[in-house]
Amino acid sequence: MATLLEVEDLRTYFTTDDGIVKAVDGVSFTLKEGKTLGIVGESGSGKSVTCLTIMGLNSKKSATSKGRALFRGEDLLQASNQRLREIRGNDIAMIFQDPMTSLNPVHRIGDQIVEGILLHRDVSKKEARRRAIDALKEVGIPRADRRADDYPHQFSGGMRQRVMIAMALVNEPSLLIADEPTTALDVTTQAQILELMHSLQRDYGTAIVMITHDLGVVAEIADDVVVMYAARIAERAPVGKLFEEPLHPYTWGLLGSLPRLEADIDRLVQIPGTPPSLLSPPRGCRFNPRCPYVFDRCKEEMPELVASPRDSEHLQSCFLDDVTKQREAERTLASFATEVP
Amino acid sequence: MFRYLIRRLLWAVVLFVAVTMVTYMIFFVIPANPARLACGQRATEECVRNAEARLGLDRPIPVQYAKFLQRLVIDRSLGQSFTNRQDINKTILDAAPVTASLVIGGAILWMLVALPIGILSALRPRSLLDRAATVFVLFGISLPVVWIGLVLQYVVGYRLAWTPNAGYCDFIDPAEFATCGGPVDWAYHLILPWITFALLFCAIYVRMIRANVMDTLGEDYVRTARAKGAPEPQVMRSHVLRNALLPVVTMLGMDIGIALGGAIFTEAIFGLPGLGRLAVQSLNTFDLPMIQGTVVFATLCIIVFNIVVDVAYAFIDPRIRLD
Ligand SMILES: Nc1ncnc2c1ncn2[C@@H]1O[C@H](COP(=O)(O)OP(=O)(O)OP(=O)(O)O)[C@@H](O)[C@H]1O
Ligand SMILES: [Mg+2]
Repeated sequence: MATLLEVEDLRTYFTTDDGIVKAVDGVSFTLKEGKTLGIVGESGSGKSVTCLTIMGLNSKKSATSKGRALFRGEDLLQASNQRLREIRGNDIAMIFQDPMTSLNPVHRIGDQIVEGILLHRDVSKKEARRRAIDALKEVGIPRADRRADDYPHQFSGGMRQRVMIAMALVNEPSLLIADEPTTALDVTTQAQILELMHSLQRDYGTAIVMITHDLGVVAEIADDVVVMYAARIAERAPVGKLFEEPLHPYTWGLLGSLPRLEADIDRLVQIPGTPPSLLSPPRGCRFNPRCPYVFDRCKEEMPELVASPRDSEHLQSCFLDDVTKQREAERTLASFATEVP
Repeated sequence: MFRYLIRRLLWAVVLFVAVTMVTYMIFFVIPANPARLACGQRATEECVRNAEARLGLDRPIPVQYAKFLQRLVIDRSLGQSFTNRQDINKTILDAAPVTASLVIGGAILWMLVALPIGILSALRPRSLLDRAATVFVLFGISLPVVWIGLVLQYVVGYRLAWTPNAGYCDFIDPAEFATCGGPVDWAYHLILPWITFALLFCAIYVRMIRANVMDTLGEDYVRTARAKGAPEPQVMRSHVLRNALLPVVTMLGMDIGIALGGAIFTEAIFGLPGLGRLAVQSLNTFDLPMIQGTVVFATLCIIVFNIVVDVAYAFIDPRIRLD
């Protein structure tokens, strides 16, 4: 499979009144055609900004980006506005966290999808509307031909997210970036939306970047996982390997905070403390103030993302020695396993 | 839609009755005997007694009010002026076009200026234009209307003599003895009053439009539109402005009513024979039926105008449920 998206050392800094916010600070990953990449991390770790940077959707006034984001070999960070507009909605589509606010309240949903079609396809309005209705049918909107004339406020959250998906996929993009598409929805609807995305991916071969802070979602649909912490990558691996042998203390913490049946309350929050400010991140490893395994080197030196000695596909950025990591990974998983009934 | 209109109309009736009631009170709040006023300066005892009977002042107040309402609703008459015995309906209908010219023209002027400045300064915050607009807003809000009017009148009208100082010309078919008339003269005489009248609201609207557009620019659906690949002009037109200007429409509907009150000052300064001047004159001469007439008429206008705005708003904002 050919490489679709290759992100290299991506950095996005915001100039604010308080100083420079390094929202993304050296992120690299690759995604192959038709595959799914999960990006996980706590709130504020830079997941959304990473994707908005790839799409060129950060505010030009306050954001500066460096690095490369190669989409089929073309660097999106260097692309002209004109070229970016051609790509957005056509080759790369995006859906957002909050379906309640992501649709324009004053336009009929059918028209909002039609707008997306007419921007990229040279078809008549009538044909565009036919395609919009087909897309709505495909994402499971009942009576799509009539509902197309309704306004966003006439739909539930789950239905609106379906509309967003229809809108994103109507031009059959090769990459879909989904920024926490299920976070704002209730559990049953979450499962339905994930299932829908999965089946559409199977039918159309769309590659997906799935942002989430839910490792359960990642385990379900991702092929590769990027774990982000404070604007950098803590660990990156194929999904199986990440869950078999997590190598970063932050990942252990995340695994510990996976909600489980029968877990007692005070064991739910496993990572004490809060993520650091991106205005003035701590010296050395950014996780060091919260890390139970911290030693002197972590406070002095910033760890690079390197391959594990036993597996070149499994990258991590932690100074702990390999034996300790293996041992602790096993322990984390063991405690995890005993609690899953 | 139908039920919404009915509800709206019923509400308007309630409002109307309430306002006429309050207006009617001035007959009894003002420390003067209406009958004596009705007889003019040299009132004889007999005239006063006759007038009392004619005006029904010897009856209980609720009866008087009912009579007043009856005349208003059934004969659609506001009565006669105390001072010159003129039919009040006619006097008001003569004055109304002047005030309408001032208010509607002024509102158009303030929107024409406020829209581009507000939108552009939202798009380029902290730019030179934005800073200049902020200064303008500050001045517009803090300078009293009367001061602006007098300065304009003195500098532009008198010193530079670019425009007339005062006076009004009819838009169409001026009276035979009139010295001027027609659209050009009409607009020429209204330039200064329009500016005076519009400045305050213009400043308020620049600030409001700027804030609305800036808020809307940060909305998720604007990001969605960009993510679809829409070019910036289309994003602005179809997604940002459409939403940002909806509340401006409602505000405009409410502010025109408030502005009607502000027209009093402008009319007084520039000697425009409109409703405002009429109200001031009749207050000075204690011409009670005339005061009542102007208030009732202005209230009616505002009520009707608000209904029109509400219905229009319901049409352009799909979130308003019409049932
Ligand atoms: N336009 C901006 N200006 C300044 N700072 C910003 C801007 N956008 C994002 N940030 C900052 O960048 C950091 C990363 O934000 P981002 O939205 O990528 O987090 P996230 O991982 O998506 O979190 P969440 O799970 O809450 O969505 C945050 O600290 C945020 O405050
Ligand atoms: Mg986010």
